[in-house]
Amino acid sequence: MAVNDTLAGTHKIIEEAREQQHNQLVPTVNDFNQELTTLNLGPTHPATHGIFQNILQMDGERIVSGVPTIGYIHRAFEKIAERRPLYQITPLTDRMNYCSSPINNMGWHMTVEKLLGITVPKRAQYMRVIMMELARIVDHLICNSILGVDTGAFTGFLYVFQEREKVYEIYEEVCGARLTTNMGRIGGMERDFTPVALEKLRKWVKEFPAVMREFQSMFDRNRIFMDRTQYVGGITAEKALNYGFTGPNLRAAGVDYDVRVMNPYSSYEDFEFDIPVGTNGDTYDRYLVRNEEIWQSLRIIEQALENLPEGPYHADAPHYYLPPKQAVYKNMEALIYHFKIIMGEIEAPVGEVYHSVEGGNGELGFYLISDGGRTPYRLHFRRPCFIYYQAYSEMVVGQSLSDAIVTLSSMNVIAGELDA
Amino acid sequence: MAEPTEESAAAQAAAVAEEDPNKLSNKRVLTNLQRMFGEDAFTDVEEPYGLLTATTTRERIHDIIEALQADQEMQFNFLTTMCGIHYPDHEGKELGMIYHLHSLVHNVRLRLKIFFPIADPVVPTLTDIYATANWMEREAYDFFGIIFPGHPNLIRILNVEDMDYHPMRKEYPLEDGTREDKTDLFFGR
Repeated sequence: MAVNDTLAGTHKIIEEAREQQHNQLVPTVNDFNQELTTLNLGPTHPATHGIFQNILQMDGERIVSGVPTIGYIHRAFEKIAERRPLYQITPLTDRMNYCSSPINNMGWHMTVEKLLGITVPKRAQYMRVIMMELARIVDHLICNSILGVDTGAFTGFLYVFQEREKVYEIYEEVCGARLTTNMGRIGGMERDFTPVALEKLRKWVKEFPAVMREFQSMFDRNRIFMDRTQYVGGITAEKALNYGFTGPNLRAAGVDYDVRVMNPYSSYEDFEFDIPVGTNGDTYDRYLVRNEEIWQSLRIIEQALENLPEGPYHADAPHYYLPPKQAVYKNMEALIYHFKIIMGEIEAPVGEVYHSVEGGNGELGFYLISDGGRTPYRLHFRRPCFIYYQAYSEMVVGQSLSDAIVTLSSMNVIAGELDA
Repeated sequence: MAEPTEESAAAQAAAVAEEDPNKLSNKRVLTNLQRMFGEDAFTDVEEPYGLLTATTTRERIHDIIEALQADQEMQFNFLTTMCGIHYPDHEGKELGMIYHLHSLVHNVRLRLKIFFPIADPVVPTLTDIYATANWMEREAYDFFGIIFPGHPNLIRILNVEDMDYHPMRKEYPLEDGTREDKTDLFFGR
């Protein structure tokens, strides 16, 4: 019948339109009984702590779907790295997860050292461990205290920010910089710990636990905080693995994967520490896991400080490690090496290497392909944020907007790392 | 926080692997792979810095990664990362995808590579196996122009939508190619 044919035709058009809408960036719902609000969360929103955009479809207070847009601070690190000598890539890594840049720096140095076959002396390895664990503590502190701010508690943030400041003073003493540290060199550290640095370190390690306990007593069993975070933004272990989660977010879901234990680097096998794991993978578990990791990092720092070996703080790698300035003025070889390193004239051996470290947010991997030139042929960063942030839109469906904010800050998505 | 089952299972498996003299080595992974997919499925097998690396074809890659995930013995259940690569000089194999897999139970990593012509940059999607492949494939599309049929939302991810080229390809140099006052003699490639 003609009418039925027309109807069938109309249905087909609607089906096609639905299909098309399904493929659109912003999904729309075709149920006319339901009225949805489109809400732009970001790109610049004070509660997202970074430049993220999420186009949310809201049914009243509930989130029906979310579409994330990223790339607002993309700086083409992988491309830039293809034109830089190996040691000039360290500042690029600073700007990925800028809350824990020393870990990124060390991870990169270790990747290059693996490619070159340089063995770093024990003292330098322990020094690196100390700096990396300091960075981890600061990273976790910021994440957890910002989570506090997002649930309405500003005080804890200010308390721990003071501790972060003290850690940054230690950074300053060790490498001269604070946020984008460019710490360490290929082959070791650029200088030994000064007596002042060691004194500051020892003092901080002694004083910090009291502040940390105070911070925890403010949140851990706080009724409001627990109500805001428990069963919010949870993810199962299977899903988390499927989404490529690593770091505290994966451990909160109950999987004890930690690169420091699975593939120890920089002498992590020498230290005694535990890997905390959660059960639900929700915001509260992530918070608890991070807190416990801070205590474990403190344990590692204490052990490293106590057993800090004597000896050189850098390997004998004249092609990559800058000679002392005094030698450059007086010694021909030193001058030549200095010039060659600074001008990026050192050719790296052919090879491909993947090295990963446990970053503040998870497995931070460097995949370096060298074709024997002065710069990498290809350098790929495995950025944990980039990989796990894609689960966010699924995690917030069915939650309220305020829960979405809390979920975002507890996942510790750092825009610099996300966008590279 | 209670002890999760995954943790104890992993610990048990690790204990078994320690006791077992034939614990999952690169050699055993390779033997298994060749048994499952045929000797000719893998070429250029090497172990740079202890990481088993093999090249296969794009026709096989999806099946291999799916079978590796389901394999009860090896349990390559974690897709660490994947990235594109461009070798302009390799005729007919200009573009490539490199996959890093990780067996969290045995702590063994595996790197698989595929190469294909730049004129036909089509690779099967892994989004049906790993949710994490979604953005990684979008990144490969964004930077190298590799097409993944079946991908739910294959659009640019880090660059602006109206960009009309794929910037990580080697034909786009970082510095202005028309500059003549500066040679590449001292500053790398």
